[in-house]
Amino acid sequence: MNAPKPKHQRLVLVVLALVALVGAGLLAAYALRNQASYFYLPGQMLADPPEVGQAVRLGGMVEQGSLETAADGVTLTFAVTGNDGSRVPVRFSGIAPDLFVEGSGVVAEGRLGPGGIFIADNLLAKHDENYVPRELQDMDQHQAAQMAEETTVGLE
Amino acid sequence: MIAELGLAALWLAAALAALQMAVGFMAVRNDGASELAGLIRPAAIVQGVLVAFSFAMLVWLFAVTDLSVKLVASNSHSMKPLVFKLSGTWGNHEGSMLLWVTVMGLAGALIALVERRLPERTMNATLAAQGVVSLGFYAFLLLSSNPFERLPTPAAEGMGLNPLLQDIGLAFHPPTLYLGYVGLSVAFSFAVGALLTRQVTPDFARAMRPWVLGAWVMLTVGITAGSYWAYYELGWGGWWFWDPVENASLMPWLAATALLHSASVLASRDALRTWTIMLGVVAFSMSMVGTFLVRSGILTSVHAFAVDPERGTFILVLLGIFIGGALLLFALRANTISEGERFALASREGALVFNNVMLSSILAIVLLGTLYPLLTEAFDVRVSVGPPYFNPVGAIFVIPMLAAMAVGPLLRWRQDRIDRIGREVALFAALVLAGLVLFGLLAEIALLPLLGLAFGLGLAVASLLPLRRRKLGRTPLATWGMVVAHFGIAVALIGMASESAFTKERLAAVAEGGNATVGPWTIALQGVEPVAGPNWTAIQGRLAASYDGGEPHILTPQSRNFWAPPQQTTESALVTRWNGQLYAVIGDRAPDGRWQVRLWWKPFVPLIWYGGLLVALGGVLALLGRLLSDLRHRRLAVRIAERRADREALA
Repeated sequence: MNAPKPKHQRLVLVVLALVALVGAGLLAAYALRNQASYFYLPGQMLADPPEVGQAVRLGGMVEQGSLETAADGVTLTFAVTGNDGSRVPVRFSGIAPDLFVEGSGVVAEGRLGPGGIFIADNLLAKHDENYVPRELQDMDQHQAAQMAEETTVGLE
Repeated sequence: MIAELGLAALWLAAALAALQMAVGFMAVRNDGASELAGLIRPAAIVQGVLVAFSFAMLVWLFAVTDLSVKLVASNSHSMKPLVFKLSGTWGNHEGSMLLWVTVMGLAGALIALVERRLPERTMNATLAAQGVVSLGFYAFLLLSSNPFERLPTPAAEGMGLNPLLQDIGLAFHPPTLYLGYVGLSVAFSFAVGALLTRQVTPDFARAMRPWVLGAWVMLTVGITAGSYWAYYELGWGGWWFWDPVENASLMPWLAATALLHSASVLASRDALRTWTIMLGVVAFSMSMVGTFLVRSGILTSVHAFAVDPERGTFILVLLGIFIGGALLLFALRANTISEGERFALASREGALVFNNVMLSSILAIVLLGTLYPLLTEAFDVRVSVGPPYFNPVGAIFVIPMLAAMAVGPLLRWRQDRIDRIGREVALFAALVLAGLVLFGLLAEIALLPLLGLAFGLGLAVASLLPLRRRKLGRTPLATWGMVVAHFGIAVALIGMASESAFTKERLAAVAEGGNATVGPWTIALQGVEPVAGPNWTAIQGRLAASYDGGEPHILTPQSRNFWAPPQQTTESALVTRWNGQLYAVIGDRAPDGRWQVRLWWKPFVPLIWYGGLLVALGGVLALLGRLLSDLRHRRLAVRIAERRADREALA
């Protein structure tokens, strides 16, 4: 193949780059619509639950008094509450992150299991003692604790 | 007094940056005829010295823990080990921004001192552009984040440094990344300078290339170190999270990698002129976007430190001015830059263009995925984007790029035929296919790790082919650099794929004296005891781990409690063997007295970071090779000039 004429070559390169970039953009847009793991607040998860088994994130406050360790010593159960009084029970097998305590913010990664229990594979608590999930920032720590106290119900 | 000296030096440096900018632009306008043009280089040099002095003063304040300075009081503590007092200088917003302008000032001084290759007019334009960027950051520091601010009354004791930052890895991780970001700002200044004077020549690319190479090496080291730090310090056993903060360092790296390759084409073949300029602008834009994402806290991130929305706005405005300005200039000037040499699509240049387009596409995918939550939030939909998006979508572009990496270096410049290297292409394809079949049959592996293993294997061999039939001792360093870097990518890829394909995990509650197994390991919990450090206390587990019944290794994972500020951290314990790493974390005590222990056996995981270091080493070799050959050329030029002078004198 001979080297193409400069004008022609420039055009080919520009078209190639554009096609790839637009392709990447379209692919990203498509994948983002379909594959992004969605963030749920407890209220949203109750009102419009994701499909069982679909990877999602659940964010909220760890309800006061709800944290329990199961007999195997490694499974934690607790409830995540939102600022509207809703609560979702969560089960997590693993070592909880350092800043994971009752009354603090948490983001649980995992999937909704049968029976409405959220099965977490991973808990995220920020590396900061003042971390509140950004979605709950409008509610201060005190309010959260108070609200959590009012809604405390034992886990079955 | 020390703080006031530092602040004064900072103001003076800012004034010099303004001078550098103003005089530089005047000189470019008047075709270099301005009498003041002689001031530009000295201004850049003195500015570098002043800002370095200012930074030294801040380090001093941290070293002596001067609690009358607000920044020291809120980020340090007298009880902290000295090395963390020093690293605390940049472990916070103000200090890290001061470090940023310091490196930038020193870079400007260095250009002014040593760069003689560019036409003087382009040089002036470059230093003027650098003045603009520096001035923006000086304004940022002086107007909204003064690091030398005094407290009305000195504090009795400091608030301490975030314990997660009290780690030797993290102490030196941010400065490395910053050196990378700032190196890209220099490349940006070169690109703007060349656009202003329309002098986009191979000489321009040769002047810019060492900066891009240096920045790229620093980014590579920074990302590698950051990933290893997250791996051992956060105690969750992962090494990449697709967190916005991680993406913030990956995006400039992708752009810098593309820029590096296109600058090489421009330097040695005089092609891809406008593309190189464009990438110069994009690469620095990405480091600004990264800084903005990290500093503004606009995205929820698990490891964003020192976050402040007001400062985010300031960076966003700077970003708009710099990038908007540069893009506008680009739009106005791009079609006046004449096109360079021609080349066929099947050629080294063609492969490099292909690789550039793939890198840009990956960059677009990462950028869109990182910013998408921001977009949807405008419509009140909260979304978080993670591995289920990035991994498969990225792979669509990574895989063709790996193939181009394997084949491209074997092609000749300007014009070649793929069938000339048919045997090499067949070898690569055969290795990939063999890998797919071998690993596919041997174990049950998900598609992506399987592809990673197969392509890693093929690339590892193919990347060494350019050394064939060469005298190794006489092969240029730059070629060695390319081979080592490409081989490093293959090594890292194999490590990543192996980690996700073969990792075994075990979570158990173990009583003292009890056992747990993971993969080929048996781990006995010998005991749990309290230990204390300079500013923390901890629970430390003593684990005896034996591989396949061999001699036991002792691991001591800790769960630490810091008291200033009060915080708990997890210190993992690792045993490294040639074939992988055992990773252990100790957790809480269950009510019945057993301890939570989390164990991972990760075959070949260290290859991820060895690969990263090889990539960086490749960059260092290439940089050394370029600098040495520059030196040789310069000496040769001097000798020719001397001989000509002699001859003329004789005549």
